Amino acid sequence: MNIHEYQAKEIFRQYNVAVPNSKVAFSVDEAVEAAKELGSNVTVVKAQIHAGGRGNAGGVKIAKNLDEVRQYADEILGKTLVTHQTGPEGKVVNRLLIEEGCDIQKEYYVGLVMDRATSRVVLMASEEGGTEIEEVAEETPEKIFKEVIDPVSGLTAFQARRIAFNINIPHELLGNAVKFMMSLYNVFMEKDCSIVEINPLVTTGDGSVLALDAKLNFDDNALFRQKDIVELRDLEEEDEKEIEASKHDLSYIALDGNIGCMVNGAGLAMSTMDIIKHHGGEPANFLDVGGGATAEKVTEAFKIILSDDHVKGILVNIFGGIMKCDVIAEGVVEATKQMGLEIPLVVRLEGTNVEQGKKILDESGLNITAADSMADGAEKIVSLVQ
Amino acid sequence: MSVFINKDTKVLVQGITGGTAKFHTEQMLEYGTKIVAGVTPKKGGTEIAGVPVFNTVQDAVIETGATASVIYVPAPFAADAIMEAVDANLDLAICITEHIPVADMVKVKRYMEGKKTRLVGPNCPGVITPDECKIGIMPGYIHKKGHIGVVSRSGTLTYEAVHQLSEEGFGQSTAVGIGGDPVNGTNFIDALNAFNDDPETEAVMMIGEIGGTAEEEAAEWVKANMKKPVVGFIGGATAPPGKRMGHAGAIISGGKGTADEKIRVMNECGIEVADTPALMGETMINVLKNNDLFDKCKTH
Repeated sequence: MNIHEYQAKEIFRQYNVAVPNSKVAFSVDEAVEAAKELGSNVTVVKAQIHAGGRGNAGGVKIAKNLDEVRQYADEILGKTLVTHQTGPEGKVVNRLLIEEGCDIQKEYYVGLVMDRATSRVVLMASEEGGTEIEEVAEETPEKIFKEVIDPVSGLTAFQARRIAFNINIPHELLGNAVKFMMSLYNVFMEKDCSIVEINPLVTTGDGSVLALDAKLNFDDNALFRQKDIVELRDLEEEDEKEIEASKHDLSYIALDGNIGCMVNGAGLAMSTMDIIKHHGGEPANFLDVGGGATAEKVTEAFKIILSDDHVKGILVNIFGGIMKCDVIAEGVVEATKQMGLEIPLVVRLEGTNVEQGKKILDESGLNITAADSMADGAEKIVSLVQ
Repeated sequence: MSVFINKDTKVLVQGITGGTAKFHTEQMLEYGTKIVAGVTPKKGGTEIAGVPVFNTVQDAVIETGATASVIYVPAPFAADAIMEAVDANLDLAICITEHIPVADMVKVKRYMEGKKTRLVGPNCPGVITPDECKIGIMPGYIHKKGHIGVVSRSGTLTYEAVHQLSEEGFGQSTAVGIGGDPVNGTNFIDALNAFNDDPETEAVMMIGEIGGTAEEEAAEWVKANMKKPVVGFIGGATAPPGKRMGHAGAIISGGKGTADEKIRVMNECGIEVADTPALMGETMINVLKNNDLFDKCKTH
């Protein structure tokens, strides 16, 4: 789960991770009011969307007075920002962060990630702040420094110091930098983050070490114990169909193609997308109905697939293990009747109770094309939608 | 022979009184697995499907001599259950549970250092040695006894691969589901290493998916150490970057973990990779022919 920058900075304040003074605004008037209260010489107006690259897309402006705050807030609110992370359709800005400007001396990068290779949390830092870390890793990997953190001791002061020396934080700011990183690690652990990224971290003329930007990503599997984080969820940032799917415990991801897929198991669902593409089609979605799907769940899955106007055909690919094919078949028949399906439907069933399943489909009298294998199913649906 | 489990493996079921666990305990018993105990705190002294239930893993091990555990405990408590199995010095703990917080798994991995227990999973279908022992949730009947080792990050995709092999007459030595989580126990290399040393296994099918670099590392290991042919498949070639494809570990981040890159490295290391999931079985058969193993591996 993602949250906005202003929400991340609120969490940082609770954990003594230094950030500039700022306020959130939902309207132009609120933005001006916030700037007045901050009372700084220079005010930064920042678009709040769940994507990076806002600056280049015109989503971050520096205002020298309240009139400019009003002007920029008016400009950015309601605007659709297209960045390298939003996709071509962009994202509409509904919230602004109004922040005091600061006297930046130098920009750095600091991040914490869950590292798969070591099964540990890793602290990463670089002197090349402001640039995408992937770019730094590609071009100047020697400028990225890492510390692998033992979960028993947590991030130790010597590790934080070593990072600070390696990225050439001025010695007089060493104490602040170490405190910043230690506090950041506490946020990561206590809030069950999967990524914390500060880009840039800045040192300022008055001797502060501050998070100028903040990206927090949370482990979805830990949300059951992070109730306050769940409340920060902004549904406007998410795909409607994905929200609906999550309500029914279905794993769904919208894609750009026109062949809807319903599959059991994540690996098989991905591979079904792959084989559709291999046969010249384009999948409209990833959908894993899970191991214990019921007829009702299948019906909900169909509704979500069909709520996408681009879908011109559906491929159901089920390998029944625990999930029985006859149960799936009943669900498919029920859903088809309820929805009055008017587009081609290809069903491939294999596994437990496959014969009963096929019989239910045959006897339903519905226009369902049966497939004998994954490849057969993919070929049939691709030719039917063309 | 086989890897990790065989007909003598004595299994205990953690969380046995839950609905899913109960169902699968019956299925495993029916398959012939030696289920000797169940563990659910405060349910000690009761029975599930004729299996005695204990309050702690330690009690169950002392009373029954169990050597392996299968864990169906709900996600918030699963990490603790794994550590309890490790503490009891079991040879093997197989965790089926999905959705365990990754921070919990980091602690579990740290706890396991220097201990003897092998962890398989979490978020996996389990391990099966056909006709001998099934530990997990896979449909037993699709598996046939034979000489192909299978190791996979995905459940249903493994069933698909096993089904294709069995249909063509190629049984399996053992099928190991290592799970779809980013932080897990047994990895590809551990499983490949075991298959390499197993005299019954003649070739290995390795099924990966997008996310992380485990397949690349395994491919390098295969190139340096593997004495038997390995055939691969990678799911998720069409997955968009930055999106988690069902499995917590199936995500392309920062340009890393793409199917293309994995397939490229695997090919470079001498692993034949099936073009589509429908060709997993066929690709294996071709490789067996080229290595003069076709007749040896054709079991039925």
